[in-house]
Amino acid sequence: MTTPAISADFSERLAAIIDIHKDREGPLLPILHDIQAEWGYIPEEAQPQIAAALGLTRAEVHGVVSFYHDFRDHPSGRHVLRLCLAEACQSVGADALADQVRAALGIDFHETTPDGRLTLEPVFCLGLCACGPSAQMGDRLLVRANLAKVQKLVAEAGA
Amino acid sequence: MKDFIIPDRDYGTPAAKSDVTVNLLVDGIAVSVPSGTSVMRAAAVAGISVPKLCATDHVSAFGSCRLCVVQIEGMRGTPASCTTPVAEGMVVHTQTDDIARIRKGVMELYISDHPLDCLTCAANGDCELQDMAGAVGLREVRYEPGANHFARRDAEGPNPEYRPKDQSNPYFTFDPAKCIVCSRCVRACEEVQGTFALTIEGRGFDSRVSAGMFSDSFLSSDCVSCGACVQVCPTATLIENKVIEIGTPEHIVKTTCAYCGVGCSFDAHMRGEEVVRMVPSKDGKANRGHSCVKGRFAWGYATHQDRQLNPMIREKITDPWQVVTWDQALDFAATRMRKAQADHGVDSVGVITSSRCTNEETYLVQKLARAVLGTNNTDTCARVCHSPTGYGLRTTFGTSAGTHDFDSVEETDLALVIGANPTDGHPVFASRLRKRLRQGAGLIVLDPREIDLLKTPHMGQGLHLPLRPGTNVAVLTSIAQVIVAEKLYDEEFIKTRCDWDEFLAYAEFLLDPRHSPEEVEKLSGVPADGIRAAARAYASAPRASIYYGLGVTEHSQGSTTVMSIANLAMMTGNIGVPGTGVNPLRGQNNVQGSCDMGSFPHEYPGYRHVSDKATRELYERVWGVPLSPEPGLRIPNMFDEALAGRFRGLYCQGEDIVQSDPDTRHVTSALSSMEIVIVQDLFLNETSNYAHVFLPGSSFLEKDGTFTNAERRINMVRRAMTPKNGFEDWQVTQMLANRMGANWTYTHPSEIMSEIALTTPSFAGVSYDLLDREGSVQWPCNEKAPLGTPLMHVDGFVRGKGHFIHTEYVATEERSGPRFPLLLTTGRILSQYNVGAQTRRTDNLVWHPEDILEIHPSDAENRGVRDGDLVRVASRSGETTLRALLTERVAPGVVYTTFHHPTTQANVVTTDNSDWATNCPEFKVTAVQVSPSNGPSEWQEEYGHHSEQSRRILPAAAE
Repeated sequence: MTTPAISADFSERLAAIIDIHKDREGPLLPILHDIQAEWGYIPEEAQPQIAAALGLTRAEVHGVVSFYHDFRDHPSGRHVLRLCLAEACQSVGADALADQVRAALGIDFHETTPDGRLTLEPVFCLGLCACGPSAQMGDRLLVRANLAKVQKLVAEAGA
Repeated sequence: MKDFIIPDRDYGTPAAKSDVTVNLLVDGIAVSVPSGTSVMRAAAVAGISVPKLCATDHVSAFGSCRLCVVQIEGMRGTPASCTTPVAEGMVVHTQTDDIARIRKGVMELYISDHPLDCLTCAANGDCELQDMAGAVGLREVRYEPGANHFARRDAEGPNPEYRPKDQSNPYFTFDPAKCIVCSRCVRACEEVQGTFALTIEGRGFDSRVSAGMFSDSFLSSDCVSCGACVQVCPTATLIENKVIEIGTPEHIVKTTCAYCGVGCSFDAHMRGEEVVRMVPSKDGKANRGHSCVKGRFAWGYATHQDRQLNPMIREKITDPWQVVTWDQALDFAATRMRKAQADHGVDSVGVITSSRCTNEETYLVQKLARAVLGTNNTDTCARVCHSPTGYGLRTTFGTSAGTHDFDSVEETDLALVIGANPTDGHPVFASRLRKRLRQGAGLIVLDPREIDLLKTPHMGQGLHLPLRPGTNVAVLTSIAQVIVAEKLYDEEFIKTRCDWDEFLAYAEFLLDPRHSPEEVEKLSGVPADGIRAAARAYASAPRASIYYGLGVTEHSQGSTTVMSIANLAMMTGNIGVPGTGVNPLRGQNNVQGSCDMGSFPHEYPGYRHVSDKATRELYERVWGVPLSPEPGLRIPNMFDEALAGRFRGLYCQGEDIVQSDPDTRHVTSALSSMEIVIVQDLFLNETSNYAHVFLPGSSFLEKDGTFTNAERRINMVRRAMTPKNGFEDWQVTQMLANRMGANWTYTHPSEIMSEIALTTPSFAGVSYDLLDREGSVQWPCNEKAPLGTPLMHVDGFVRGKGHFIHTEYVATEERSGPRFPLLLTTGRILSQYNVGAQTRRTDNLVWHPEDILEIHPSDAENRGVRDGDLVRVASRSGETTLRALLTERVAPGVVYTTFHHPTTQANVVTTDNSDWATNCPEFKVTAVQVSPSNGPSEWQEEYGHHSEQSRRILPAAAE
């Protein structure tokens, strides 16, 4: 196994998270959510420990982690801006908006601003199809989005 | 027997088991199948092939490729035939215009992301994707070139979706460019092998097969290289390196693996006389289409450059070898053997048969001793592994063999595994057991180490009783006490099948407080609660089975342990029904057979004592010579007698006693004192360093014969190539016998089997014709059981009444003390086999290049030993050095190593303690001290020098 040596602190904190959920039915996803909340991403080093605790293998844990786009394999910026690129939003100009936002922020999808404040991600449907294009940052949803509205959202969040 | 390649028919989904038969119509053909069968399989049974990519009968249906869609009258749409179960009266159409259109569309999508390099592809001619494109009549792909996984570069530069081949495994290559993500490999790894090393990572277009995590390769992942994924892959994504190198095979020879006692059936895929690949046979009754890294891939030793192909002789063991003709070598050997007998008496020579050679070869070697040399001095390496099994099971049940077939594991509710490490030693059996454990069967492991079986993914909680080495009998007797004290025994079974009064006497013995879990906890280190839990679980499971290995037999109380195991099975009625039984896991491919064939000094074939007049007269009549009624010498006695100057000559076939027998220095001095040592082997093994004659042997690929596996199954071994040394091993034995005055005229091993069948009641019905017809049979095979006996003791024990023997625990003399405070126990690892003569000459070395000492971190810390340090292991017998691995898998006070490498020679350390009944050596318990070391021990250096000197070979003298 090529996993680098991991610190005792990390391992202890991880064990604590696993313990909280271990006896639930379907403990893996809640554990992964807590890990992402704790470290901002799912460190690969965590996967063997989760696997051992749940009677799984690390391949299986990796399969689950990689299946969900929301689980990250590296830390995101402080804020994550999601632009919907699903069909309904595309039909009302989501692609053009995406181009404008990328140009304005100077980053592409999946990238983070150099100051580490903002990560840009595509999302496929936020369920707001009647009033696209839509976007999301943290708990806030944005409808009938345009560049100005997006920039305001970003500025308000201090990102 | 050669066949043209007709791939084993793939029925698409596994067979269903049901008593209910369902009738349906597929493309107008009426077919009847068991309820629960898929429409796809029903069609296959009717002789109709439904196109498919993700379905194979190795694994359960998945329904992802959408190529196998069919139309069923009265059903909407086009259901996938692999996931749709049959129903009474169903009318299925597998070929309609609608379906044809759908299938073409699906194939177009597959092909749009597949490189079309078929002509230079390693799977050319053996590719299901290719076949399916043909089957659906694909003529064009309408999609424009676009994002794909196969092109290294696109117009804008390197293709970000392209990933290079993973060639980390030495035997097969993973090429993601050719993957169609059918998940067959992932499912085979899970369902067949049970390792769960593979997964599909990502989703949608990003889906890929991944071994382990993102940063893993196949080699660094959990992959154990069993080959199941390669076998089911429909394309060239996972393919044997040999096929890449050589091309597709052109004929198949069905044969049997020559590694462990599972006895897997294999199809040797050949090109001419060259093996292209070994593929486990789906119709193999021991392995059911599965394999492990050894049988599947590690056969390259058969053509390794180290193999000696010429006979050689030398005057003294310090001389270099002289290559000679067969005539010269055989004359030299025969003359010296006869001279030793003339000078020191008939009984001054003997033979050692091999558990790796065939039944026929073994039979001839013991016949050579008894009928030609005129002595019963014959023994076999089973002496040092499973002789207590023979003794113990014969005494209690009446037969010297396991009671059940491997299929029985599919019906067990609880497996008690004692002193065995199946995932490493008997991997194919382990996979079958793991499958049952995932279905919910319980597991109890009695072993000093936390073996991998306990970490079976998706298994419930197993119970581990980590006992101190050497305390098996105490723990098993205590388990029996709990069963008796809590009245968990099966009174009816005992009353009908055993002797009730005898049981009551045994119960009285058990109830003595010295056998209580609390008392035994003090001796064994196993918590009393664990003993009680194990007793209750074993006794209360509807069908409980016991599987055990050398951790049971290789002890001073090995035979007693076997008998305590038999007692447990008898008192709980766990005998005679599928899913129960007492099953030894035999170490080598033909341990069972070599014991059956009369290799032991006191027994003729079929376990009949040499003092038995009727049997002796039978052999005297058939062999035409008078025979000795006196039992001969066991292997350890041969060594003792040699050192006393009374044992002067040895013919040793296919066994490396120097490396595999205990107390190496004792063995080498005994061999050095002899006048004539004849070694017959593939390689100049460690024993040949002390030999005067070397007769080159032939590999299992080069001969006809039979092996008998742990479930008494007689399997055919078939010649796939001409012996490189010129002769099959039985021919060499025959030539040697004839030099010494015998007049043997066997022309084929089938004639030897006829003689065995003629003289041995339990083999009376066995013939090559029968084996060819049935594939294999389990003895006893005779008039009463013409097709063999999968389950023994069904209606009664072979000996009549099951026999309870009192099992008093007697501590071994080998105890830890101030000088040697740790207990060393030895075992095997998956990738290596026995003394390693075969596996060390294959790429399996990437997994296990040297023997390692496992030591608990606290014991290591006390001694200033760090992970990876070179350490010295010393016992009363000797010392050696090897590297340490710190692990909590062993308990404090216990250390563990393997004996696969001659540079380590773990057996220099082991002692000459042995089983009281059979002299089986106590490999599993040696008191040792461990300390940091700077380099090889004195013994290792001395031996290394001797080994180098004695392997010098002079070329044949010029004519």
